[in-house]
Amino acid sequence: MAELTLRETRAKNSARLEWALVGLGILALLVAPFFVYPIFLMKMLCFALFACAFNLLLGYTGLLSFGHATFFGGAAYFTAYAVKVLGWPPEAGILLGVLGAALLGLVIGFFAIRRQGIYFAMITLALSQMFFFFCVQAPFTGGEDGIQGVPRGRLFGMLDLNVSVNIYYFVLAVFLIGVFAIWRIINSPFGMILRSIRENEGRAISLGYSVANYKLAAFVMSATLAGLAGALKAIVFQFATLTEVTWQMSGEVILMTLLGGIGTMVGPIIGASLVVGLENTLATSSFPVTIATGLTFMVCVLVFRRGIVGEVYARFLGPKGDAKD
Amino acid sequence: MKCWVYDGAMTMIFGIPVQAFLGQLLVGLINGSFYAMLSLGLAVIFGLLRVINFAHGALYMLGAFIGYLLLTRFGIGYWPALILSPLIVGGFGVVVERLALSRLYDIDPLYGLLFTFGLALVLEGVFRYYYGVSGSPYSVPPLLSGGTNLGFMFLPNYRGWVVVASMIVCFGTWALIEKTRLGSYLRAATENPGLVQAFGVNVPLLLTLTYGLGAALAGLAGVLAAPIYQVSPLMGSDLIIVVFAVVVVGGMGSILGAIVTGYMLGLAEGLTKVFYPEASNLVVFVIMAIVLLVRPAGLFGRDA
Repeated sequence: MAELTLRETRAKNSARLEWALVGLGILALLVAPFFVYPIFLMKMLCFALFACAFNLLLGYTGLLSFGHATFFGGAAYFTAYAVKVLGWPPEAGILLGVLGAALLGLVIGFFAIRRQGIYFAMITLALSQMFFFFCVQAPFTGGEDGIQGVPRGRLFGMLDLNVSVNIYYFVLAVFLIGVFAIWRIINSPFGMILRSIRENEGRAISLGYSVANYKLAAFVMSATLAGLAGALKAIVFQFATLTEVTWQMSGEVILMTLLGGIGTMVGPIIGASLVVGLENTLATSSFPVTIATGLTFMVCVLVFRRGIVGEVYARFLGPKGDAKD
Repeated sequence: MKCWVYDGAMTMIFGIPVQAFLGQLLVGLINGSFYAMLSLGLAVIFGLLRVINFAHGALYMLGAFIGYLLLTRFGIGYWPALILSPLIVGGFGVVVERLALSRLYDIDPLYGLLFTFGLALVLEGVFRYYYGVSGSPYSVPPLLSGGTNLGFMFLPNYRGWVVVASMIVCFGTWALIEKTRLGSYLRAATENPGLVQAFGVNVPLLLTLTYGLGAALAGLAGVLAAPIYQVSPLMGSDLIIVVFAVVVVGGMGSILGAIVTGYMLGLAEGLTKVFYPEASNLVVFVIMAIVLLVRPAGLFGRDA
């Protein structure tokens, strides 16, 4: 996966730019609900966290999962079921969703890491399709209707999440914690080993790392955080449906990451915002979303594989003559 | 579970009437025919281009739709469509390869997968936009309407034809690759493209033709499928993921492996429909998981 790599010097410069962007971004998100429709912002935040979790796997471990909808949508189902049917408080529901996603990640990851590259993508796709069929038939998911009318409830019995401002800042807080966790993982010794696997798996093995375990750990972490995003979405939108476990959803998160920039911290967030924004715009027109998504995919792959953020880094920060791919 | 109970009126196998049993087995064989044809095309393309063609299901759908449009717009029937549609889809494949895929060979194969995924979405989206999600029927050609009583079961003629045709297609492709000079170039280029080019073989042209051939195979499968399944924009995406599982089970090392695995998994699905219908959607994926545990490289795979 060498072409997904940022060079060391560029990485240092990009880190500085990222800090500036992060500061501005947090500020913007804090004041945003006074200017933009909060539901739209929360949708954006949920998908941004989803894309960041996905990027932990693709961008930093070099594994392309084509089945991340399973963790996102699966967690949404678990949370919605716990809150609506079992009457759990929202924080417990989200916890259940996250744990469920982690378990699904462990099972799917266990099978998928047995093959590499293109096969890995196909296996994750096939297993997540299997989970989709399971959700269609399982009694607790409500089949085609999904689980509707999930109550938002009170967070820790105190904060009423039905108040728009409350839930927005709750979602923002969870989003920031999630992204911070990913940032910590990537910049830890563990994260360095993940990157070494991305760069050269054979060499990582020869250095004595049990690559399979690291891959599985990265897969479970990515699934867990994707689950956090899905659980949050179930609380915000008060439903969980089959749409979230389809392969189209897995494709969407790939597009968000690819469009923003694979292997960058900020890229997936920007990619997710753009894709969610695009879908919102197209929802009112007659132009089909699938065609727009597909065309964006093709254009991204053909002309800017580094994604928006990656191209910005390459143009303004990278040493000259470095743009090889 | 009772075995071979003969109750006078009707023969039973494992407590299931023979008629129902053979009927589901036939459905399995038909599905298997399409798995085999599509996974064969995927294997041929992957072997040479190192691209997993996500658009394969969409090309299959395109083939069926072209057959349908030829009939409804131009009054061109099934038999000419069986030739024309694969040619058109193959031509489309050639254009796609020349304009886009040929630029992606030097980079990570995952980008090929992502590009063809986008292509699949666009194709599906376009047909959905114009024809909606509900399927359109395509009638069985008059020559093959009706059925034959085989004594132990009733076989619709068209279904019999599909099984025979798919076997001809599979065997033909296998022979083309394993027994002809062109096929030997193809196999050589799979092993070492640089060396083959040094011998004066036009490898880029070979790559283009291979993708065209793979696309044409998908288109042909689409026309064959049109009278059995409804012609619908979603017919390809439903199928392609199962075919991916078939490819993981078979391993993409051998052409024959892809064919055999396709038929086998189709039959396994048919058998599951008899004994445990709820799991018939899942059985291919379960088999895939088991194969991954026991033989990660796939049943016929060479690569780890």
